[in-house]
Amino acid sequence: MASSMLSLGSTSLLPREINKDKLKLGTSGSNPFLKAKSFSRVTMTVAVKPSRFEGITMAPPDPILGVSEAFKADTNEMKLNLGVGAYRTEELQPYVLNVVKKAENLMLERGDNKEYLPIEGLAAFNKATAELLFGAGHPVIKEQRVATIQGLSGTGSLRLAAALIERYFPGAKVVISSPTWGNHKNIFNDAKVPWSEYRYYDPKTIGLDFEGMIADIKEAPEGSFILLHGCAHNPTGIDPTPEQWVKIADVIQEKNHIPFFDVAYQGFASGSLDEDAASVRLFAERGMEFFVAQSYSKNLGLYAERIGAINVVCSSADAATRVKSQLKRIARPMYSNPPVHGARIVANVVGDATMFSEWKAEMEMMAGRIKTVRQELYDSLVSKDKSGKDWSFILKQIGMFSFTGLNKTQSDNMTNKWHVYMTKDGRISLAGLSLAKCEYLADAIIDSYHNVS
Amino acid sequence: MALAMMIRNAASKRGMTPISGDFGGLRSMSSWWKSVEPAPKDPILGVTEAFLADPSPEKVNVGVGAYRDDNGKPVVLECVREAEKRLAGSTFMEYLPMGGSAKMVDLTLKLAYGDNSEFIKDKRIAAVQTLSGTGACRLFADFQKRFSPGSQIYIPVPTWSNHHNIWKDAQVPQKTYHYYHPETKGLDFSALMDDVKNAPEGSFFLLHACAHNPTGVDPTEEQWREISQLFKAKKHFAFFDMAYQGFASGDPARDAKSIRIFLEDGHHIGISQSYAKNMGLYGQRVGCLSVLCEDPKQAVAVKSQLQQLARPMYSNPPLHGAQLVSTILEDPELKSLWLKEVKVMADRIIGMRTTLRESLEKLGSPLSWEHVTKQIGMFCYSGLTPEQVDRLTSEYHIYMTRNGRISMAGVTTGNVGYLANAIHEVTKSS
Repeated sequence: MASSMLSLGSTSLLPREINKDKLKLGTSGSNPFLKAKSFSRVTMTVAVKPSRFEGITMAPPDPILGVSEAFKADTNEMKLNLGVGAYRTEELQPYVLNVVKKAENLMLERGDNKEYLPIEGLAAFNKATAELLFGAGHPVIKEQRVATIQGLSGTGSLRLAAALIERYFPGAKVVISSPTWGNHKNIFNDAKVPWSEYRYYDPKTIGLDFEGMIADIKEAPEGSFILLHGCAHNPTGIDPTPEQWVKIADVIQEKNHIPFFDVAYQGFASGSLDEDAASVRLFAERGMEFFVAQSYSKNLGLYAERIGAINVVCSSADAATRVKSQLKRIARPMYSNPPVHGARIVANVVGDATMFSEWKAEMEMMAGRIKTVRQELYDSLVSKDKSGKDWSFILKQIGMFSFTGLNKTQSDNMTNKWHVYMTKDGRISLAGLSLAKCEYLADAIIDSYHNVS
Repeated sequence: MALAMMIRNAASKRGMTPISGDFGGLRSMSSWWKSVEPAPKDPILGVTEAFLADPSPEKVNVGVGAYRDDNGKPVVLECVREAEKRLAGSTFMEYLPMGGSAKMVDLTLKLAYGDNSEFIKDKRIAAVQTLSGTGACRLFADFQKRFSPGSQIYIPVPTWSNHHNIWKDAQVPQKTYHYYHPETKGLDFSALMDDVKNAPEGSFFLLHACAHNPTGVDPTEEQWREISQLFKAKKHFAFFDMAYQGFASGDPARDAKSIRIFLEDGHHIGISQSYAKNMGLYGQRVGCLSVLCEDPKQAVAVKSQLQQLARPMYSNPPLHGAQLVSTILEDPELKSLWLKEVKVMADRIIGMRTTLRESLEKLGSPLSWEHVTKQIGMFCYSGLTPEQVDRLTSEYHIYMTRNGRISMAGVTTGNVGYLANAIHEVTKSS
């Protein structure tokens, strides 16, 4: 044990034995975060007392963010990072949108101050974000029925909603797609909201298991929260069709469930902000009450600034006011008030007609590049793979991610043999793929699919 | 089906009527949210909201602890403006790691632990970037809950009101310890020591490193040494909330004295640091949580667990503020400018304390206002009662929290006379 063996005057030496009770390690299995400790060896340290955090084990690496860390450590020149969903240019460089640079320069010139935002965030941002989602003239906005507060990107917004569910719907369950973004379960776990899954991905078709999805939503206890990806499902890239969305809305209403949308890719999926909000707007048309978490990480490239929002559509303005006040009460002991920088950028971009148009064009460009890369990958796969396997799912999927259908072992092969970094569920981020690398990737996928089980 | 029954029963108890059957005309649908009460206004941030809504031209805001210059204007430090210019056009906006900016964290640890701290060199500190001080306290509270389940937190009376919310939402039970002595408007040292002595061995204590919020009352260096010795004897864990380093005396090293004493005495402490006030980065939400561990291996493990807690809360912390801090602290010129500016802010506040006290004495107040200059940092615990505070607000449009806490940062040469007069008016018959 690497204890610090410094000598410090008259400090008393304490055997670790004494600290046993303080740690309350108790029986194994009672706390998954602590490991049982053997006290057979008494070790002297010269600190006042040994650490009370003695039993803390190393947390597992995050499955998604851990991929980038592993990629950085790889020295092979062919390496490809298809892990985290951050957009890259054809040159595989990070991309700061021109409108963002413009907005920041404006902010710099204006000399904006750095005062605390209110707990609910920047008012101009909250207004802009709700309007982007529902459309400016939408009844839910006109009637002031949406409680919107700025959140720490999508994660933070989901967490606020989860905490609200735990507080006001004790025992209610969230039903999550199988599979879903890796952090969804962590969020509901830490918020102590129970969850279960609905079928979503069909490995046989590498498409949507629609029957399974509907059946599982129907079977969930009445009044469950149904977590839906508004567009560009993460990790599969598989979205319901407009007709399927109608049926999903039907069954949710029938069972009196509460829809809970995660919208992390508005504008990024199809290139059109309005088109990508269609599912959310359909539900709003139905007059339903529901949650929507938003993120500007991808569509405005503001990843690191942590800018998003949680919206709760209520049946009355009064309910919206009360819900908003309780969301604030959850946020205050978490971080007091949200960071101002990203919020100002969004408000500036959306609030200026020229910048707004430029943004839309840049979004179309980013979404366009991904569509082009999908096509190129598909073409490479089809020309190189003589097995007759149907690779068209690559074209049918949408957004940043593609579910390749590769299993864990095959995904490991992708990394270990081909230095292609992806998540173990078979997800690749097309945003990290260049046209130049499509052939290499196709080789890797074909090899992993056919030669590894 | 049991759950559905439960929800239906709960729903009908709360007067909620879930819709059933056809879903054609839904305007008449009752809300899921009937049972949601309006939350009470936050006692601190609610003050500013009320102030902003007041149309009176005489209004004075001595509520929230945000620094104002002598014209009552928010200040963006010069060193910050310069850092922003240098950052403009930056091409990096990718996600920070879950633990935040390593560079910012390293520079921040040096401020708290000392530039040449052996603990930093020995890699014994588990540290992550956080959403300012609030985020650091909350992350620690969640960490405490998870890894010392069954432990409680001892919180001073009084304290920043959000401390209670933080440990409550983290589900860590709270106890209090004596701190403020209303009669002397100073520290109730003997009662504090009694509480420390009587707490069960190995208890967790929340300490304000300097410039106690809301009282402005700090232990002397000698008292800190005694507290540290008693903590040693009782094997207590000290968690320091340091939100005002540099802001109290004007000298960051001096303001970290309490922490340095504990470190010298061999305690393994935790620290929450914030750049909201001392760098004026309020809305950027930049802070740091650190936990001093036994050895590097444990530091790595603890850091990984802190990240594990952060991931489902916000994934990774915001970049911009962290970049500002790094830019400033790693450039000797900018850092030197920052230190000068911090001293200017601290000195202005010290000056206003003197002026306020002298003004009250000149008005012939029957009360002693010695505490105004004895207390330190942004806040003055005036001793005003809630009723007197209400009068100040309704009659004089002066806004402060109802515990009588005056944010000295909001006092200017322009309003100190008006403020003194108003305080005198509501207290002269005491």
